[in-house]
Amino acid sequence: MMKKVIELKGIVKTFGSVLANDHIDFELRSGEIHSLLGENGAGKSSLMNVLAGVYQPDSGEIIFKGERVDIPSPRHSIDMGIGMIHQHFKLVEAHTVLDNMLAGMSKGIFLDKKKYRNQVLELSKKYGLDIDPDSIIDDLSVAQKQRVEILKVLFRGATILILDEPTAVLTPQETEKLFTIINNLKDNDHAIVFISHKLDEVLSISDRVTVLRNGKNVSTLDNKNLDSGILISNMVGQTLDLAIERPITSKESKLLEVKDLSVLRPDGAHGLKNVSFDLFNGEVLGVAGLAGSGQKELCEAIAGLQEKLSGTIVFKGDDITGSTPRQIIKKGISMSFVPEDRLGMGLVASMDLVDNVLLKAYLKQPGIFVDRNQARVEAEKLVDKLSIDTPSVDINVSKLSGGNIQKVLLGREIELQPELIITAYPARGLDIGSAYKIYDLLNEQKTNGNGIIFIGEDLDVLLQISDRLMVMCNGEVTGIVNPDTVTKEDIGYMMVGRKIEGVNSDD
Amino acid sequence: MIRISKRADMPQSKRWIIRISAIILALAIMSFFFIFLGHNPLEVYQTIITGSLGTYNRFVKTIELVIPLSLSALGIMIAFKMKFWNIGAEGQIVVGAIAATFVALNFSELNSVLLLSMMFIASALAGGIYAFIPAIFKVKFKTNETLFTLMLNYIALRYVTYLQYGPWKDPAARGFPKIANFAQNARLPRVFQINAGWIILIVFVALIYVLMNKSKLGYEIAVIGESQKTAKYAGMNVAKVIVMALFISGALSGIVGMIQVAGVNYTLSDQVSGGMGFTAIIIAWLSQIKVLLIPVVGFFFAMLVQGATFIRTAFQIPQSIVDILQAIILFFALGSEFFINYKLHFERKAKGRIQNG
Repeated sequence: MMKKVIELKGIVKTFGSVLANDHIDFELRSGEIHSLLGENGAGKSSLMNVLAGVYQPDSGEIIFKGERVDIPSPRHSIDMGIGMIHQHFKLVEAHTVLDNMLAGMSKGIFLDKKKYRNQVLELSKKYGLDIDPDSIIDDLSVAQKQRVEILKVLFRGATILILDEPTAVLTPQETEKLFTIINNLKDNDHAIVFISHKLDEVLSISDRVTVLRNGKNVSTLDNKNLDSGILISNMVGQTLDLAIERPITSKESKLLEVKDLSVLRPDGAHGLKNVSFDLFNGEVLGVAGLAGSGQKELCEAIAGLQEKLSGTIVFKGDDITGSTPRQIIKKGISMSFVPEDRLGMGLVASMDLVDNVLLKAYLKQPGIFVDRNQARVEAEKLVDKLSIDTPSVDINVSKLSGGNIQKVLLGREIELQPELIITAYPARGLDIGSAYKIYDLLNEQKTNGNGIIFIGEDLDVLLQISDRLMVMCNGEVTGIVNPDTVTKEDIGYMMVGRKIEGVNSDD
Repeated sequence: MIRISKRADMPQSKRWIIRISAIILALAIMSFFFIFLGHNPLEVYQTIITGSLGTYNRFVKTIELVIPLSLSALGIMIAFKMKFWNIGAEGQIVVGAIAATFVALNFSELNSVLLLSMMFIASALAGGIYAFIPAIFKVKFKTNETLFTLMLNYIALRYVTYLQYGPWKDPAARGFPKIANFAQNARLPRVFQINAGWIILIVFVALIYVLMNKSKLGYEIAVIGESQKTAKYAGMNVAKVIVMALFISGALSGIVGMIQVAGVNYTLSDQVSGGMGFTAIIIAWLSQIKVLLIPVVGFFFAMLVQGATFIRTAFQIPQSIVDILQAIILFFALGSEFFINYKLHFERKAKGRIQNG
């Protein structure tokens, strides 16, 4: 039953001078769920891309069902029965599920759609995927699209499934459902690699856990008597205090007052609908919600980047509704926005650290010339203070790792000492060490009496860091709750639109 | 099967080796054409050099090509840096020339310094406004700037023809459709026998270098070119910067028009731009949007154009062959950038390859 399907021996993969995989051994058995854990840059994706045929290892062996093989291209990988479910779905939005399944099949000129449709239906039923082959992808929820991806690789004959952080986009209820499906697959002798940052999920679903650190395999552990402490110490090489602080502050003065804020998207749909809330000095207001529930519109509306809006946004008595970022800066309103799209909005990817620091400083410099010396000093200070890993401040930010990019962005914004910080997914894609550094920085600002709007996706983090938690769905606020008294289940229901009575703690 | 992947950074030295090999390869391939025509290719290439630089007179001619090509390319570069595809330099040169000519014909009694200054300002304004129009439409109505600037070229060119045959026809030319020659005081002085445009070029290379690398506007242009979202986020007035930058872009080409009518032709005709506005696009692109490389690439191009004209007469080679020569060099020069940025992998086609090891 538990036979080895894939064995990786001594895999080495380098990118230029970076050693991504350093003699990694990894084995996968049929009928097991094997989690892959590690900080960012630990080598998880490189290793999985070797399996998917995207990267060729510099040395090492791949043993597939007892035979030594090469996987020179993704095509070969698919033919071997390896299916990867990426974080970003690769589906044609305007087509039906069935058409997406059949795309790229190169068997003959004509397709017997009926036959394939039945096959798809059967697979869907067998594993409890609950997908209608005739629905249009565009109409499906994120969770359903993910199941379509799973169905797609199964349809192509995959018996080895690699899921790259599949739960990042799901509600707790949807995660439950996904786990049922994964367990169904396991019962049918499929082998599953599960990549996740969420330790409780890893502990609840895995048979074995492999921890990578700095490109090396630290340990492969059976999921017996494991706890998150053991996993963390393996991941970071030391024991870390897992709790995020929530410093107590006095919240006397109202910093921001948002009333009946509605935003129209360029396509005419409502991005936000009658959103009202207050933010006080020294407060972290967490915002939870599924991806695309209006978080982006909310941040951008306050930061002056949304055009079609109604309602009012009042910052310390100043009505800033509809002001452009330039007007906000000129009015002297001390606000920083750390956008979700770091390289597309917050930073200029092809510019170096100095020019990126300059982005927020140059408007206030006198005269018609930019002062790069001042920005250079500022940039060097950031590198020092946040231990940003870069050879120099003259490196393009796009060459830095995700965590360091975020440190540059958040560091630049915090250095401006803003009274209001709006931050969207500040720790997304960061390893635990960097994420905690970011939380500390934000808490420091909170203690200084500044207000923070924290858009997050990890409920555990949101519940720990927020003084109040606002839940959004479809551009509406479904509740503002006290994180100490609310349950995760209730939040899950609010994320899908159920307004819950009695938990609204908004005064 | 060939797979293409993006290359990691390549050292500058290697980049230049690739670029120079591309040019050599282009010349090698072109050699077949010349051998086929019965010429010794080495002799032809040597004549291109002597034909463009061999005597001081030829050198003057070459430099007088460097001036308009580089100045126009400088303007185009500013727009390209913002990813605003201004391919209207040709038209901007022409309207600059029209404005300068208008001043030259109507105020010829003024003293030379004042007259030339007025011509200079008029041409810059005209060229600037001619680029300003598509920029306004782009930021207000999101029109396509490529088509817009291209079409404006033809309006400007045809308008010169109209002036030539109509209102500005020189009565002294006895019915010949020609605009009157400029008076002496409307002509650019010559410095070292070259029209003073070269001094204007040097001044503008310095000015634009400072603009792009040291000024706030230059910084804003660079950010907007990368991402308008970031620019708005940082509090830039994106529409204003685009319009201002395009005005400068067009003004530089407008000044080229003035230099050509006042320094080279001493009159206005529909041949005033002669495709230079298009060649300048290639120069701006090959210079990789770097200010200081523009005069260097401009010089190389001027040599090629001047030398090609010379071999046409020296070897009785038809113009079409000269055009092919230029096209092949361009093709290879642009193609080499592909190999600098991307890597090719050649793979055998195989299914589920199994190794016995």
